[in-house]
Amino acid sequence: MEKQYETVIGLEVHVELATKTKIFCGCSTAFGGAPNTHTCPVCTGMPGSLPVLNKQVVEYAVAVGLAVNCEISKSSRFDRKNYFYPDNPQNYQISQLYFPICKNGHVEIETPSGNKKIGIHEIHMEEDAGKLIHDEWEEVSLVDYNRSGVPLIEIVSKPDMRNADEVIAYLEKLRQTIQYIGASDCKLQEGSMRADVNISVREEGAEELGIRTEMKNLNSFKAITRAIEGERARQIAVLEGGGVIVQETRRWDDVKESSYPMRSKEDAQDYRYFPDPDLAQVEIDDAWIMRIKASLPEFRDAKMERYKKEFAIPEYDISLITASKHMADLFEAAAAISGQPKKVSNWLMGETLRLLKEKEMDAEDIRFSPENLAELIGLVDEKVITSSVAKEVFEVMFESNVSPGAYVEEKGLKTVGDVGALQKTVEKVIAENPQSVADYRNGKEKAIGFLVGQTMKAMQGKADPGMVNSLLKELLVK
Amino acid sequence: MITDETMEYVGILAKLELSPKEREAARKDMDGMLQYIDKLNELDTTGVEPMSHVFPIKNVFREDIVTNGDESEKLLKNAPGEKDGMFVVPRTFD
Repeated sequence: MEKQYETVIGLEVHVELATKTKIFCGCSTAFGGAPNTHTCPVCTGMPGSLPVLNKQVVEYAVAVGLAVNCEISKSSRFDRKNYFYPDNPQNYQISQLYFPICKNGHVEIETPSGNKKIGIHEIHMEEDAGKLIHDEWEEVSLVDYNRSGVPLIEIVSKPDMRNADEVIAYLEKLRQTIQYIGASDCKLQEGSMRADVNISVREEGAEELGIRTEMKNLNSFKAITRAIEGERARQIAVLEGGGVIVQETRRWDDVKESSYPMRSKEDAQDYRYFPDPDLAQVEIDDAWIMRIKASLPEFRDAKMERYKKEFAIPEYDISLITASKHMADLFEAAAAISGQPKKVSNWLMGETLRLLKEKEMDAEDIRFSPENLAELIGLVDEKVITSSVAKEVFEVMFESNVSPGAYVEEKGLKTVGDVGALQKTVEKVIAENPQSVADYRNGKEKAIGFLVGQTMKAMQGKADPGMVNSLLKELLVK
Repeated sequence: MITDETMEYVGILAKLELSPKEREAARKDMDGMLQYIDKLNELDTTGVEPMSHVFPIKNVFREDIVTNGDESEKLLKNAPGEKDGMFVVPRTFD
């Protein structure tokens, strides 16, 4: 019988924290500045400069740790990880090896066979590196240190995942949790969330772990899925061919859908960690932990339970709305202002999701305010505009957060309530569509739908469809 | 005595190429340092917490407020070379 293999996966997830300044200096973390304009002697590794820890980094790290059920270390400290690479100007990265800030946590994910706990080994704080650009004309590289010293937390899971679906579910859970806290926007494509995947295979039922490889350069959920499947197949092929897996770091090429080994670990792996004497120990007492705990938001699972009790909207809608904290906040505020949670949910589930998808945006990027959404709902309820005009107004509001009332006024989009004007249009439509008129008169009731459509079109959507319908019926029997 | 292999390995890690003469001098120095540090092994340190800092300080923080402006011009004067506002370094691959 053919051998059956089990895949064992553990993740190292780097998350860029949403602080205003870098981890050890007062330089801005803002994106998109000209090269090296957000740098100073500390983050460019100048001799004699002194790093001082950003308190907000500790607060975010502890908040994330608490949210994923970690123990918070009463005492933690920073170590130097030594290696030479030009994106790292000090020749060491300041990180935490011996006493990380959080340990022994877990998150729960949903799998087809029920809920599953994924263990978190530790979370530590560290600094990001600069960006290397290879010069097109000369045999040199250029370095921009704007990202050097941007705060990261690294979340190290236990090897508890068994397939790509579990990995994606775990990452989604981390992303939602961290976004809810506001500690990061967690965008894979933009690199504010990065996942390195440790993967090994073993024969089904085996106790011992196989030799693992580490996959880097995975910047979408799709790439992660393909890389896991590709690496599983590669490792099985090596083992079946009588070979052995080499422990190494491999870089995934998502275009070629294959991976290749990065620099050999033999001489690069010896990081000679030692405590950083420039930084003081971090001591976190119970009062501080309690303060951070009290500031944590209501997380998604709790929010979903509450919505089920408070709002008469389908469970499916609830799960989509709460997938993003921004969307959930928007929903709650607009529902409170309008008093119409079901209608708010319909706008979010329908037009909002459609436009987000069409424009390839995240829910976090929604710009319109809850006040404006509530105002739009009010305009439809009071029959100031028809629902087709409302959709048109919504698209503009989605783009630029205009006030729907003002926009309707400005563009003259109010429903025409004047029967005289409407009657003229209806008469014209009847005159121009003799076939449909004949069909209707011969008992084909559906034909009226086409005539309503033509009238609405002629009125540019600014007529009340109910009114058009009754007027048509009235004139058609004549 | 530090072995030849260790001397070579330390050289690779530190990116230093040593002549045979320099290597012997470095070996002698490093041996001396290790012997000096080895003195500590004579002490019984059971129950003593490892110390990571000589000063009794903890929780030295900054608030998350931007205090630095654009100092790139001054900083780039310390670069081995400058091009388009960036530090020029020997070509480096991943």
